[in-house]
Amino acid sequence: MSLKLIRQGLKGDRSPPRMWRQQPLKEHYDVVIIGGGAHGLACAYYLAKDHGITDVAILDKSYIGSGGSGRNTTIIRSNYLTPEGVQFYDESVKLFEQMADELDFNVMFSQRGHLTLAHTDGAVRTMRRRAEVNKLQGVDSRLIWPEEIKRLCPYIDISQHPRYPILAALYHPPGGVIRHDAVVWGYAHQADSRGIHIHQLTEVTGINVEAGRVTGVETTKGTIKTGIVLNATAGWCTTIADMVPVKLPVTTFPLQACVTEALKPFLDVIIVSGSLHVYVSQSDRGELVMGAAVDPFASYSMRGSLAFTEGIAGHILELFPSLHQVRVLRQWAGLCDMTPDYSPIMGVTPVEGFLVDVGWGTYGFKATPVSGKRMAELISTGRTPDILKPFRLSRFYENDLVGEKGAASVGH
Amino acid sequence: MIHIDCPNCGPRNVQEFRYGGEYNPRPPEPMAVMAEEWTDYIFMQNNEQGLQKEWWYHRAGCQLWFLAERHTKTNEISRTYYWDNTKNKTD
Repeated sequence: MSLKLIRQGLKGDRSPPRMWRQQPLKEHYDVVIIGGGAHGLACAYYLAKDHGITDVAILDKSYIGSGGSGRNTTIIRSNYLTPEGVQFYDESVKLFEQMADELDFNVMFSQRGHLTLAHTDGAVRTMRRRAEVNKLQGVDSRLIWPEEIKRLCPYIDISQHPRYPILAALYHPPGGVIRHDAVVWGYAHQADSRGIHIHQLTEVTGINVEAGRVTGVETTKGTIKTGIVLNATAGWCTTIADMVPVKLPVTTFPLQACVTEALKPFLDVIIVSGSLHVYVSQSDRGELVMGAAVDPFASYSMRGSLAFTEGIAGHILELFPSLHQVRVLRQWAGLCDMTPDYSPIMGVTPVEGFLVDVGWGTYGFKATPVSGKRMAELISTGRTPDILKPFRLSRFYENDLVGEKGAASVGH
Repeated sequence: MIHIDCPNCGPRNVQEFRYGGEYNPRPPEPMAVMAEEWTDYIFMQNNEQGLQKEWWYHRAGCQLWFLAERHTKTNEISRTYYWDNTKNKTD
């Protein structure tokens, strides 16, 4: 990588090489992936790398990584509450650890440690349970007390003054942050160099189904014949599924986040509080990246609200009173597809050839590599891998919900 | 920030209300439907991109439930009204 940089610097031509090419839309593809986010691109990459399937098209109505992949707060962790969740996200963290090498691209992964604060006796109990579930699955996770929290994060207020004093925290050392755009670009570059076509600004307008089988996709740039369509969208997943039609138990909520002006490095762990509905980390540029829970009502609107800014500022000041003069630079929102059991939906649907990788709520980005890898395995072998089985769509008809409430700051 | 026109109290800040989900009428004869149809009623969502009929509860006001028609892309509310239990419950 560095040699390449030096060579590039010495050459007269300063324009960097293209990361991916614009290809003509073919009439037929073996696999069509709707949604050019991290999930869709990861799936395409693993299809090519692990299974030799390169006749794949990725369609995105905008530019790649324009949805949730570019709007999340980049936190990676695996300290979930259910064994299914822990197993799944642990594989994901392990794949993130090898990602920079694998994609030959600096994804700026920083495993700085992740603290989930407990402010009530009930929350301490839940944290203890989570720690035990995690340990049982071999995930590094333990309960720590205020003195150790203060040692890891000297600026936090562990006194009894706040409305919700800090009683304990679930400490998860492998948790970290990663550059989300780099993940998207890295996967796009590797998928493209293996011959996969990335079609940006190509909106899907219909899905053709004959006798219970997918036969093609209608787009704004023409019709594509294909036998396999993967719906890897967020925010539009119900709209895409309605074209088949397949019913989904998904409600779309916006989730807002914001960054402050850049500060000197002072926070080298990730702080999450379920009771206060807030999570914060400091980026490499020094900005504090902060996010909250989903908005109080379902919507596809991505406008910010004053209620959010007020709420998050109040909660952050409860944790870090010394930040009272720090200004918010910008805020944005992303769409979160919430499911009734706070778990994603992956796998086959009643329509043959129509697969889903949807319902990622507030925890989609951290699952990128594992969902891509396992969905690719499902597409190539036609068999659902064991790790995906708990997340199948039919679980809702079989009364077999997963019940993952270790997701983001949804509260417990 | 949007305002909601409560049928009882008039326009109030959205913070006073609780969102109650999309309007999803219960099958008229619950005992007669198949398990699959019941699951559809319990879990499956239209998740409309456009005008959606939905429930709201005026938590910090009159504490009454009512219906609203809201565009889910713009959050513009075109109509609010009480549910009429004398009408056909499935519409």
